[in-house]
Order: sequence, then structure tokens, then C-alpha cells
Amino acid sequence: MNLRIIKSGVLDTVQDQGRYGWQHIGINASGAMDRFSAELANALVGNDSAQPVLEMHFPAASLFFEQPSLIAICGANFSAVLNGEPVPCYQPILVNKYSILQFERLNQGARAYLAIEGGMNIGKWLNSYSTHLKAGAGGHAGRPLSTDDEIRLNSSVDWQSYLERNEFRVLPWRASDFWEKEPVDEIYILPGREFSGLTELSQLSLTGKTFTLTPQSDRMGYRLLGDPLEMQNREEMISTAVTFGTIQLLPNGQLTILMADHQTTGGYPRIAHVISAHHSRLAQLSPAEKLRFRITDYSMAEVLYRRQQQHLHQIRYACQLKLEWFIHAGH
Amino acid sequence: MSLTIPYHIFPLGDSAMTVDFGSRISPELNSAVMKLYHELQLTPLPGMVEAVPAYSSLSVHYDLLYCSRHRPAEQTVFEWMGELLDKRLRKLDYEEIIPSREVVVPVCYDISLAPDLEMLARERNLSVEEVIHLHQAAPYRVYLLGFLPGFTYLGETDERIAMPRKMQPSPVVAGSVGIAGRQTGIYSLSSPGGWNIIGRTPLKLFDKDREPLTLLKPGDIIKFVSISKDEFEDH
Repeated sequence: MNLRIIKSGVLDTVQDQGRYGWQHIGINASGAMDRFSAELANALVGNDSAQPVLEMHFPAASLFFEQPSLIAICGANFSAVLNGEPVPCYQPILVNKYSILQFERLNQGARAYLAIEGGMNIGKWLNSYSTHLKAGAGGHAGRPLSTDDEIRLNSSVDWQSYLERNEFRVLPWRASDFWEKEPVDEIYILPGREFSGLTELSQLSLTGKTFTLTPQSDRMGYRLLGDPLEMQNREEMISTAVTFGTIQLLPNGQLTILMADHQTTGGYPRIAHVISAHHSRLAQLSPAEKLRFRITDYSMAEVLYRRQQQHLHQIRYACQLKLEWFIHAGH
Repeated sequence: MSLTIPYHIFPLGDSAMTVDFGSRISPELNSAVMKLYHELQLTPLPGMVEAVPAYSSLSVHYDLLYCSRHRPAEQTVFEWMGELLDKRLRKLDYEEIIPSREVVVPVCYDISLAPDLEMLARERNLSVEEVIHLHQAAPYRVYLLGFLPGFTYLGETDERIAMPRKMQPSPVVAGSVGIAGRQTGIYSLSSPGGWNIIGRTPLKLFDKDREPLTLLKPGDIIKFVSISKDEFEDH
């Protein structure tokens, strides 16, 4: 039984936590832009973190379930409706067969993640489910989902009996909503190798001013618009490694932040790096939104990342218990 | 006495670090990078996710959570990982020679496949034939694969055919051979790019379904050989 795309979205791809071990031949990791939300969606339906999810941008695809399924949507809020009725994010939902899941409005965030209990029957490329758009490999046929695509689902649970004649059923546990916590436009950074080469004024501007995401912001990287920054000396650099979250200074004085589909090497000054714990926050920003940078230190970056991972671990564990209990108790 | 190359190690964000042997293109530095790369492939550092070699630097990506749990209490993850990498570097045998392959790469320099060849010749006050001759004259070293899956960075060209990147990137067809500064390179996939395209190889540098995925690897020595348009099409 399948999940069918009845109307394609602007950019919906199969992603996981990334493809590692191939950057030495130019194959970047790809993977979910917001790995935290992707993991959270998997945790809510009892999947392990390596399962593939659908990463959706707005307008997102309309999906048709040919079999009863347990799903969760995390990350951006696109006003999900099941057969026309609103359903929440961050909560597991049982959907009946022949249900249609649609997304009506962009309320918050940039990327929504759909996890389905049991995962999807998709082959791996180089040990990962992630779609690599440049190589045309991985995910579903190496490309974004389009109308009439079908993805085979893997569930071994007969969810039909738990629906109690409802079209859908929202299960009574919920992950805390990422948006409720802190100001999401504040991005913590660590100074990069060429940070000290900035003029004193530019060093101050980096943290003192706000920057706006331009429309040239996608899975490869975000182009920012702000006060132009300047290096003390302009030196030609040779290509060297960069990573997810690296902030480079372009020759025109503007900044670019490398995201999930970034090139493996770069030759522009590396002004700073976004801390891992804030990649998720960054991934939920859309063009025209503003952000501010704040310099932190390595200890804080580590603490915040550990906290985030512990949070995920607790939710994963709690959801597994609740789900087992639900399946056994039945109702 | 063992030959040593000075280096420094710096963090690349909270989950990676880079060792830099000196920011220049040189076979000696690149071969030190590749020695370290092979050493780390054989015996990875704890928590290492992958090692990525570049021209004269190598980056180690690590699992922040794993490293954070295993590091000594008094050190940050970077201090610990940097120290472990430094120990490896001190033991590295720079004199050991890694055998390199020699690979012949056929290139068709026909104008129809080389949109920037005449412009480059004009700018450098050479004939098209002279450019082709100079491009094939010397063997090149594969310094790194990056930018695109399988994109091959080669160096260095004769000074007389060096040419800066174009101001505006334009669409480039897979197999195209280009020049940027004194680098020459081969586009493994069709992509927008700013290199000056002077020819095209019929070889498939990257194939997602092939083992190995890329035809060339860092350390290989490349010799370009001119082929005709007919030979290109028959390949």
C-alpha cells in the first residue's frame, strides 16, 4: 500500500540525517535542513532517527494515504488539514485509508517534516535515504516528489482497528513546540578562521546589525543582505573545507550561510560558523525574514547541543513507551 | 632526519576542525594532506565522522555528542580532538611515498565544445593551437575533488594560458575542461560555472551507479591527449 502524491509541492524531498563519508569526492551530506524537527517527527511515531521523512516547503504537496497510517508533522506550521479538517503539528495522528493530507497556509517556519510509522520502502544510496539533487541520486528517484509519485509504506501495525470508526484520531501525547521557547531570529555563532581579518567596524557590524534573508536562499545556502562587511586585506584564498553553518563573506561584502546542500569546498573567507544547536532555528527562516548573530563560545555550543540531543532522546523514549502502551491497551 | 611540514590546527565550527599545511597549491603539501587522509582512513579518530582533504588542508568532521561524552573533563571537544590530531601528525611519515596512478584523459578541443577557447587565446595573445599545445604539454596532479560530486581540480597550468574566472557563471556541460587562474579542472556534472571552457572529455568522471563513483582521485597524475570531434563522438 502506498502514499500517493496527488498534487506536487514546490520542493518536497525525501531526507534523513545526512549522508556522511563521501565529501572527499565532492558529495556533500544533504539530509534534512532541520535535522532536529525531522528527528522529532520520527520520535513521535516511534521510528528510529535513521528513518526517512518528507521535507516539505510551502506550497507543499497534497498526499493521499492508501492505507491507515500513524503520522506526525514537525518543524514549520503549514496549517495541515486531513480531509478538510485541521490537525495539529507535534502530535501523532492516526489517519484512515483514503485520507487526503493537505497544507493550506504558511503560518510559521520554512520546512515541515512528515514522518510515517514504519518508514518508507525506499532504497538507500551510499547508505542514506537523502535526496541528492545535484547527483540525481538517493531519496525518491533522486529528485523532488511530483504528481502521481507513489511511495510504498512499511508499517507492520494494523492501524485500522485503532481508529474506532474515526476518519482520523489525534493521539494524546505531544512534543513541546520548538517555537514557544526562545527568540528564533537570534543565531549563535563561533568566530571563523578569517574573522580576525575583518575590519574592526565590520566585526562590530556582524553582531550589532540585523541581516535579511534574500530570495536567493535555498537548501544550498542563504544569501543575506545587510551592511556590507570588509576585510582589512583582500587575499586570494585557495579552496578549503567548509561545513553546514559556515558563514562566508562574498567579494561584494555580503554574507552567505552554507546549508544542507552546500558545496564541499569553498574559497571565500570563513567569517563564522553557526553552532550545531541553532541549525534547526536557521533552517526555519524564510526569505525576507531577519536574523541577528551573537558570538558564543565552544563550551556553550556544546552545552546547547547536548541539551537538544537529550531532549530528543527523552521524547523518543517516552513516545516509544506511550506507543507500546497504546498498541497493547488498544484504546 | 624526518622531513617536517609546519601546520596549524583550528576549529571549523563546533563539529569539525581543519589542519592547514600552508595556503598554497603545491604537490608536497597536497601529498602531506593525502598521507594524513590515508592514515585517518585506516585509523579514524574517536567520534570522527569523516575526513575531507583539500589542496593543502584537511578537515575532520566529528560527532559533537559522542566527543562531548568522551572528552576529558578539563578540555573542550576541540582541544581534545585537536590534541589527538596533533599526535597523529607528529607520527606521520612524510617521506613515505604513496604510489600515484597515471591516467590519460582524452579531450576534444573543437570550438563547438570549447565556448571560451578563442576568447582565452585572444586575451593571452596566443593562437588557439598554441593554447591547446600548452594545455597538453605537462602532466597535471589531481589536487582534490570538490564543488560537485567528482569535479576534479588539477594544477598547475603553464603561466601563459592562466586566465581568471569569468565574471558571470554560465551553464557548463558535463565533461567540460576549464581554466581558472592556473588551475585546470573537469566538470563531472552539468552545472553553472565560471571557469573558461576550452574543451570537453567524453569520459564520465562521475557515475552514481558505478563503483568507484569517480574515475579520478587525489594524487592521480593526468595527461590530456587531444582527440578529434569524430573520435569524441565515437567514444
